[in-house]
Amino acid sequence: MAKGILGKKLGMTQIFSAEGFLIPVTVIEAGPCTVVQKKTMENDNYLALQLGFGDRRERLFNKPQKGHFAKANVKPKRYLREIRIKSDNEFAKLNVGDEVTVSIFTEGEKVDVTGTTKGKGYQGSIKRHNQARGPMTHGSHYHRGVGSLNAVDPARVFKGRKLPGRMGGERRTIQNLEIVKVDPDRNLLLVKGAVPGVKGSLVIVRNAVKG
Amino acid sequence: MDLIRAVESEQLRTDIPHFQAGDTVRVHVKVVEGSNERIQIFEGIVLRRMGGGINELFTVRKISQGVGVERTFPIHSPRIAKIEVVRQGKVRRARLYYLRERSGRAARIRERRRS
Repeated sequence: MAKGILGKKLGMTQIFSAEGFLIPVTVIEAGPCTVVQKKTMENDNYLALQLGFGDRRERLFNKPQKGHFAKANVKPKRYLREIRIKSDNEFAKLNVGDEVTVSIFTEGEKVDVTGTTKGKGYQGSIKRHNQARGPMTHGSHYHRGVGSLNAVDPARVFKGRKLPGRMGGERRTIQNLEIVKVDPDRNLLLVKGAVPGVKGSLVIVRNAVKG
Repeated sequence: MDLIRAVESEQLRTDIPHFQAGDTVRVHVKVVEGSNERIQIFEGIVLRRMGGGINELFTVRKISQGVGVERTFPIHSPRIAKIEVVRQGKVRRARLYYLRERSGRAARIRERRRS
């Protein structure tokens, strides 16, 4: 069943399972989201729900944005993201203006979590691409540098060569994370393991593709 | 951040007595053997308490059959049935790692008298 919700990563902690094991969890404040727009086969040639999440002062929205929310008759929201849906499930029956809460998920379910990874700045190829370093001693003179750039003959460097550069700040999805706890009163999802991004950043929680 | 505290605080135990490094404690641990559960007692000197909140741990050291044994427990673990403080020790530091190099009479800790 295709479903999803937008949330804010709050941070990590640990909780005890019923058997007494400590489980590392990420706490996500998810929803409540409102359905702002529904993409349909007739209009858009694909199916999706556009969800709005988070508050922002009204005067920060420009006129086209306000118009978009006014059309759906909902309060302007900070984030707008689409969740692809399939026609035959319950999640797809939601209409514009409806609310999506954490209760769409149950404990023990597997989810995929998408976020923007922490920015690491300009990093060398060892950290950025998991390359190995050379020997530090015995007259090596090759320590943490980039390896061979190419063969000599093409007389140029091919695209995609792993070189130093900006690392992090990319969209990443972690698959098959288990939902340890759902707290509908406080809109919290507790997901086992780590989730991309800094605290307070937007994350998208979807049902697991491979689940 | 507060919501994380709130999530943690639900799991915190309030029935844990006050104890610190140097104290002798009896930890009643729930052990699962096959299908049945029983209580095992681990008694020794508290070497340290580390971490805070739900992540707080404590380490207990005892000498078992001439061999030093240390076990670290999460203080709020539901696996711990009970903690008894047998003796309060007088020590001058928070981490008693020096006990590992000592044995017998040298590893004694003076008792702290309640003032």
